Amino acid sequence: MAKIRGAVTVNTERCKGCNLCVVACPCDVLALMQKEVNDRGYHFAYMANPDKCIGCQSCALVCPDACIEVYRVVEK
Amino acid sequence: MENNDIIKLENRVYKRPALLNEAHMHYCPGCSHGVVHKLVAEVIEELGLQERAIGVSPVGCAVFAYNYIDIDWLEAAHGRATAMATATKRLMPDKLVFTYQGDGDFAAIGTCESIHSCNRGESIAIIFINNAIYGMTGGQMAPTTLLGQKTATCPYGRCADLNGYPLSITPLLAQLDGTRYVTRQSVHTPANVRKTKAAIKKAFLNSMEGKGTSVVEVVSTCNTGWKLTPEKANKWMEENMFAKYPLGDLKDVDAKNE
Repeated sequence: MAKIRGAVTVNTERCKGCNLCVVACPCDVLALMQKEVNDRGYHFAYMANPDKCIGCQSCALVCPDACIEVYRVVEK
Repeated sequence: MENNDIIKLENRVYKRPALLNEAHMHYCPGCSHGVVHKLVAEVIEELGLQERAIGVSPVGCAVFAYNYIDIDWLEAAHGRATAMATATKRLMPDKLVFTYQGDGDFAAIGTCESIHSCNRGESIAIIFINNAIYGMTGGQMAPTTLLGQKTATCPYGRCADLNGYPLSITPLLAQLDGTRYVTRQSVHTPANVRKTKAAIKKAFLNSMEGKGTSVVEVVSTCNTGWKLTPEKANKWMEENMFAKYPLGDLKDVDAKNE
């Protein structure tokens, strides 16, 4: 069976660390960086479990700052 | 397969709309305004109306909308966005004219203009963000504030005897003959974001076809004004706001005719 793999890129300088993408993700892929902040002092989102991503775009849809882009491939 | 193999241009399924400027949005983290801005930019891009869209921005948190979406904008006096949009649409009927207003602008100071433009059936699209509070000025009570909700000017909760009842303006507008499409949506889950996008698209198409006024109310959060985290604000909205402001289409003349 073909497996769907996804990945996201987060524009860390735009991210305001609102945590909405972390809540929206159905596969627990995203998390907020606990020990690092961006130039504005926000804990930005990153892919904590990149293997689980299915590229469903839920995070990108709810992101208020449009800082997430989603990529998706079907593995054969 | 490694992440770097997936992150390639040909695999991209969701990108930031090109119409959004590089400017950092001044909105608080988790504010619904950002999502609606993104949807407006996406819809205009999909319809190919970049050169023909004119937005009217209000007074309120969305006052700087012209900094974020790369189309033509007008800045209206407080509450008078629909009046300004009326003039713009009448002078340039081939343009897409829409207003983007909050509840303090649309349902408080601008109630008169809002109701009369809808009653006249001007072919404009109205995007109405209802977060039940005056967000920009620091979280005071708005006409849309729920009974019992605590704000800076009703610290013991809104009470009907003193402050009157919350104003649900969209059902009122749905009764008017001039409105073509009146709907109430939200943007707190991915599914609701998709529905709101479809609603905005329909409203913009109605404006282009000169079919009458379309109103898209977006029930949204103001986590700073409500003094909650973005996550808890979404939950609070689901539990409290949707009882007074239930989601769904309130009027759709086209659906009836089909």
